[in-house]
Amino acid sequence: MSLFSRFFFRKRRYDDISVSIQEHIDERVDELMEEGIPRDEAERTARRDFGNVTLLRERSREVWQWQSLESLLVDLKHVCRRLVRSPGFAITVLLTLAIGIGANTAVFSVLNSVLLRPLSYPEPQQLVSLHLNAPGAPGLAEFRNELRVSASMYFTFATHNRTFQSVGVWGPGTASITGLAQPEQVNTAQISGGVLETLSVPAVRGQWLTAADQDPRGLGRVMLGYGYWQRRFGGDPGVIGRTISVNSQPRVIAGVMPRGFRIVNYDFDLLVPMALDPVKEQLAGFAYRGIARLRPGIAIPQANADVARLLNIWMASWTNGPGSDPRWYLRWKITPALEPLKETVVGSIQAVLWVVMGTIGVVMLIACTNVANLLLVRADARQQELAVRSALGAGRWRIARELLLESVTLGLLGGAAGVAVAYAGLHLLTAVGPVELPRLSEISLDGRSVAFTLILSVFSGLFFGAIPVLRYVPSRQRLTLLGAMRTASVSRERQRGRSLLVVAQVAMALVLLIGAVLMIRTFVAMRNVDPGFSAPASLQVMRLSIPETLVHDSTTVLHMQNSILDKLAAIPGVSSTGFAASVPMSGAEPSWDEILIEGKTYEGDNPPMRLYNYVSPEYFRTAGTRLIAGRDFTWAEIYGVRPIGIFSESLARELWGSPNAAIGKRFRQFPGMPWHEVVGVVEDVRENGVDQVSPSTVYWPSLMGDTPAPEKLEAWRTVYFAIRSKRAGTQTFINEMQQAVWSVNANLPVAEISTMQDIYGQSMARTSFTLVMLAIAGTMALALGILGIYGVISYAVSQRTREIGIRMALGAKKRELVWMFIRSALVLTGVGTAVGLGAAAGLMRLMRTLLFGISPLDPVTFAAVPIALVAAAALASYLPARRTAGVDPVEALRAE
Amino acid sequence: MAKNPEHRDLFPGALEIMILQSLRLKPMHGYALVKHIEQVSDDLLQVEEGSLYPALQRMLKEGWLEAQTGTSAKGRPTRIYRLTPAGIRHLEREVVSFERMFAGFTRVLAAAEA
Repeated sequence: MSLFSRFFFRKRRYDDISVSIQEHIDERVDELMEEGIPRDEAERTARRDFGNVTLLRERSREVWQWQSLESLLVDLKHVCRRLVRSPGFAITVLLTLAIGIGANTAVFSVLNSVLLRPLSYPEPQQLVSLHLNAPGAPGLAEFRNELRVSASMYFTFATHNRTFQSVGVWGPGTASITGLAQPEQVNTAQISGGVLETLSVPAVRGQWLTAADQDPRGLGRVMLGYGYWQRRFGGDPGVIGRTISVNSQPRVIAGVMPRGFRIVNYDFDLLVPMALDPVKEQLAGFAYRGIARLRPGIAIPQANADVARLLNIWMASWTNGPGSDPRWYLRWKITPALEPLKETVVGSIQAVLWVVMGTIGVVMLIACTNVANLLLVRADARQQELAVRSALGAGRWRIARELLLESVTLGLLGGAAGVAVAYAGLHLLTAVGPVELPRLSEISLDGRSVAFTLILSVFSGLFFGAIPVLRYVPSRQRLTLLGAMRTASVSRERQRGRSLLVVAQVAMALVLLIGAVLMIRTFVAMRNVDPGFSAPASLQVMRLSIPETLVHDSTTVLHMQNSILDKLAAIPGVSSTGFAASVPMSGAEPSWDEILIEGKTYEGDNPPMRLYNYVSPEYFRTAGTRLIAGRDFTWAEIYGVRPIGIFSESLARELWGSPNAAIGKRFRQFPGMPWHEVVGVVEDVRENGVDQVSPSTVYWPSLMGDTPAPEKLEAWRTVYFAIRSKRAGTQTFINEMQQAVWSVNANLPVAEISTMQDIYGQSMARTSFTLVMLAIAGTMALALGILGIYGVISYAVSQRTREIGIRMALGAKKRELVWMFIRSALVLTGVGTAVGLGAAAGLMRLMRTLLFGISPLDPVTFAAVPIALVAAAALASYLPARRTAGVDPVEALRAE
Repeated sequence: MAKNPEHRDLFPGALEIMILQSLRLKPMHGYALVKHIEQVSDDLLQVEEGSLYPALQRMLKEGWLEAQTGTSAKGRPTRIYRLTPAGIRHLEREVVSFERMFAGFTRVLAAAEA
């Protein structure tokens, strides 16, 4: 019978009893009245004869009640009373548990929200990202972990696929919005048709972009992101149908997407139709991120097979222009490796979160052993009482139940407080908002987190409660001994439980400390890497885009960028300025392709892919990227579209053996392009972060003749300005920069203003986040472990006072006695360290992906941490052991 | 339970036997049961209400009785108690053991007199 139906069943029984009793009394009244007694007196008599109706009713009901529940409640009352009577103990335990459980709940909530919970799109399991690998394109892996999707691929996939409900491509971008307030650069998501259909989230106002908006001949409408709608339009529902100026073009607002909606993990201000023109597209242009919604019942392997088939259709139906070989891409061995969209969203944070969860779990274990230790001391004090109760007939189960009830109650109370701690912690986390954490806005305490807390509370309660139960619930034989134990000077058995706990604590603390130290060494190793730029704190960076709709002519763009540089250089305190299409670690993705070297034939084998960057003169000097050989570009060369380039050191060494040998050599991007001369070689730059390899890079002038016809020029329009100044990062300096830009053109918005130091820091955010978490956990573990050792030695000293007295009376030296205690602490620590080292050796392999520059079995760490731990343990035991020196043998013996 | 609700019983089980035997004749409600037992025993046995209702509930729980909604002789709503087959079996077993016990009593008392 379920609890529910039992409850109603019981309710009916209770009604039955009441009805029966009422009728009984009524009948008795009738009888009395028939004997001639007046009604009110009859009623009184009937009731008096019947007795206490309420009591009787209760006694009748008792038959149906759950006997054990009641006695459990009695026990609970006792438990609460005992806890209230020793507030020090209760508060210590509850605080420990609240922090322990709170930290676990908080981390679990993050894990749950980020990793476990499905994405907040309808039917999220059908969503995939179109991840393509190109193992045959050498060099690509140096700077990209995938081959992005080209527009022609999108058209092929959208038309010929058999496994998708819908498919679309998108890319992040920026646009300047003018006419509303100050010119403003906003983050846009350029989307093709199919993106909104794939994600299937309806607009909160207005409507989606339609196929008509994707017409390359028209000016499609745009959609607002919720945040931008609130920020710039105050959430005005009347914006639908209004026209705004996007990159100086009038665009109608079609709708607003709801709060929290993102394109994969990208938070945008504006959705802009890509309006791809199939007539202009070629095979190449691998620039977009693809997403698709699988048809119901289609699994990823089937979709992969479908995409592999589609790639053949793609090569058969498109070209890279006259004379090019479309089958050429066969060499790239493009293979589909579709992945669930969630993996794309979550990214590399997965490893970090699991490591942090494991770490916090171990801290919880240590906290539990500490609480178990406290409970042992407490049970020790109650030993006499428990023995007496047992002698009076209390069953072993009954006593065990009471002890467990106490610990589970503590666990649950701690858990309740822990939820509050977790709630506060999560608020803090979302407020601080580590940049790298995806789905940050979705993080919350949900049913699963609460269930986790509940289970954790009960289990930790049972865990730390079981230890005193196993020690102290007396067996029948031991019963008589209990009283006698009081006078024993050492109870090895009693000490053993506590010693085991200390060994476990030391082992766990060691594992966490080794993890923390490995992270510290990783961090140091990363800091020691030369990132390819210098003094990042005094390097100001801002992004600026000159749209084609504002300035059409490429040379004018360069002139404008040049004047901005001049104005920036005129700001007081600026020592040099320059710009580049991409600054390191900014996430900007300029371009990449192969290069062909003069005098080298490429029969059959592919020249590797190289990262491209486009720079102005003085950029390298401003960024602090050392020129190793040759020279920088000059403005005259750039305006003159001279065919020159600068190579990264690794590229120069790879091709010609040394930087100096590269100078004067010639290269080009494709046959038919004029040969470009290498005029300089610069040091390698960690483009994608210090823990990633430096990609071989070709630096082109920012103004290039993209085709053999020299009159057709292309200027790089979105560039990062780098400004070297001691004043970098101050608000007045940023204002002056803004003014300098506007003095050139008032319609130019600047964006992503930051110092190189911030960008550098963000690129290490994952490492520093893990480092901080592990350091906190390691410190807590160390503190708890040291406390455990201190407690055990302290207790041993107090228990063995009599023995110490005897030893002293017999002539033992104080120093020897102190050493005796320290030695026992060192033995415990030694055993714990040995166990911990073994565990750490196994567990640190799991952290491999988070480490950089050191082995997970780094010998320095594995030697230093145990030494430090043993030293700390020696100190922790010395303090209480020293007290033995103060023992007066006469007093010690008299005490008994 | 701290207090023994059967403390007015002759001996454990006696009240139950009387209730079961009475209900074997016909289903009755609580008041009728009291009256019936008093009547049949010529007022030698008094049933305390304080014992009757808890006993009835215990027997319901054991499955010896079942309660049905019904009306009293005066037409008031009440619960009518009816013997179940399990109750009949229990009664028969108890009667046998009671008879054996009485026989034992009688012999012991007779021996004491002798």
